[in-house]
Amino acid sequence: MLEMIKRAKELLSDNSVDRVIGWKRDESGFNPEISVFRTAEELELFVYDGFCSANMSKMLINETKKEGKVLAFLKPCDTYSMNQLLCEHRIDREKLYIIGVGCKGKLDQRKFASLKIKGILSVSGAGFDDKNEIVAFKTVYGERKVPYKELMLERCAVCKGKEHRIFDEIIGESEETAFEERFAQIESIERMSPEERYKFFRSELSKCIRCNACRNACPACSCRKCVFDSNNFDSSQKANVDSFEEKMFHIIRSFHVSGRCTDCGECSRVCPQGIPLHLFNRKFIKDINDFYGEYQAGETSDARGPLVSFETDDPEPYDNKGRA
Amino acid sequence: MSINEEFRPNIVAFCCNWCSYAGADLAGSSRLAYPADVKIIKVPCSCRVNPMFILRAFEKGADGVIICGCHPGDCHYSTGNYYARRRMKLLFSMLDFIGVEKSRVRVEWVSAAEGVKFSQTMNEFVETVTKLGKNVRLEDLRCSK
Repeated sequence: MLEMIKRAKELLSDNSVDRVIGWKRDESGFNPEISVFRTAEELELFVYDGFCSANMSKMLINETKKEGKVLAFLKPCDTYSMNQLLCEHRIDREKLYIIGVGCKGKLDQRKFASLKIKGILSVSGAGFDDKNEIVAFKTVYGERKVPYKELMLERCAVCKGKEHRIFDEIIGESEETAFEERFAQIESIERMSPEERYKFFRSELSKCIRCNACRNACPACSCRKCVFDSNNFDSSQKANVDSFEEKMFHIIRSFHVSGRCTDCGECSRVCPQGIPLHLFNRKFIKDINDFYGEYQAGETSDARGPLVSFETDDPEPYDNKGRA
Repeated sequence: MSINEEFRPNIVAFCCNWCSYAGADLAGSSRLAYPADVKIIKVPCSCRVNPMFILRAFEKGADGVIICGCHPGDCHYSTGNYYARRRMKLLFSMLDFIGVEKSRVRVEWVSAAEGVKFSQTMNEFVETVTKLGKNVRLEDLRCSK
């Protein structure tokens, strides 16, 4: 982490970048927020540890529209989103200096509750330079030690790899954290009967409060004017919404990013209601892989997405044999 | 609708201007019968059909939605239906995933010369949806209250 701060200070002092985007330490010690640093003094609050899970690629759309060059720290999975945004010409690469930072899996604050960790005074063992094997909590009820893996985000269980897809330089080591089959969850839902699936999704989606956090955090959702912001559209307000609107919102939201979604898992991470929204996106990814060949969005910055291309012998949406 | 009355489904058909709508015309002028439950909406091309149109139709009380377009390769705009084919394939698969009956949605390629195919398809589709019954999984709850 000190190396990152040192490098940021260097780049700021020789004017090769105008500002730095990174994570700022907060009082709790486990809830850093993304912020902009303009001076070396401000960088004293810079932090990078296991809790820096936010994908900042999306913030760079607006940041690179402003004057001056930006220094951004990207984790391996953030670089996929970055590539995808470059592919869609949403980010000006010239105004960006990317430092790839090491990642050994990021932690999920929401898991504190399920592990009954309360009254946290301080956290240790999740730092950038730590081994990241055990996280130790000092709470008002005494000490608690939890294996790092148990606190990891869902997306880290299906980690796409430790390689940075785009960078100017790299600081720190990364580790591939995948320990689950990527489509295992989808397959287990597919094995359910249609009634069970319907019940499952109805109970999950009825939790939705239409706060739009999933839309706002998603790096693929980058339209300037969103279809859901129309005043003519009933589901722009929660008060008008019924259970169907929620289903429709989530189907359309994931459909709009299908073929461009890098499976970064931000939607599920930011959902205040804990809805597993990545299931929708991952289902589309699985289908695209099955029907049109393996495709990973964001692997390169000049790929053509599966929904903006076609083959003359694509499978038919409705085949006579598959009739229910 | 009273209980004793026979169930008639509400079917929305999105037909492309150049092939399927003309096919429907031909079916009419050739005196081929197809159920009056099918409500046709003319679209410029099958790829004009936004996934939201389909979900909206279900929300407003449709029991089945069918999209008709030119045969792949015959699109008036050269490639529109190829894109539509990919989109609909993914959308239908997603509807199936969240537990909506797969046979409520359908894509059929009908050319301007296929009046017979149009009426056959519609007869068949109405029959399938009638068997499935009322769409309860994807409807607007406000209307049924």
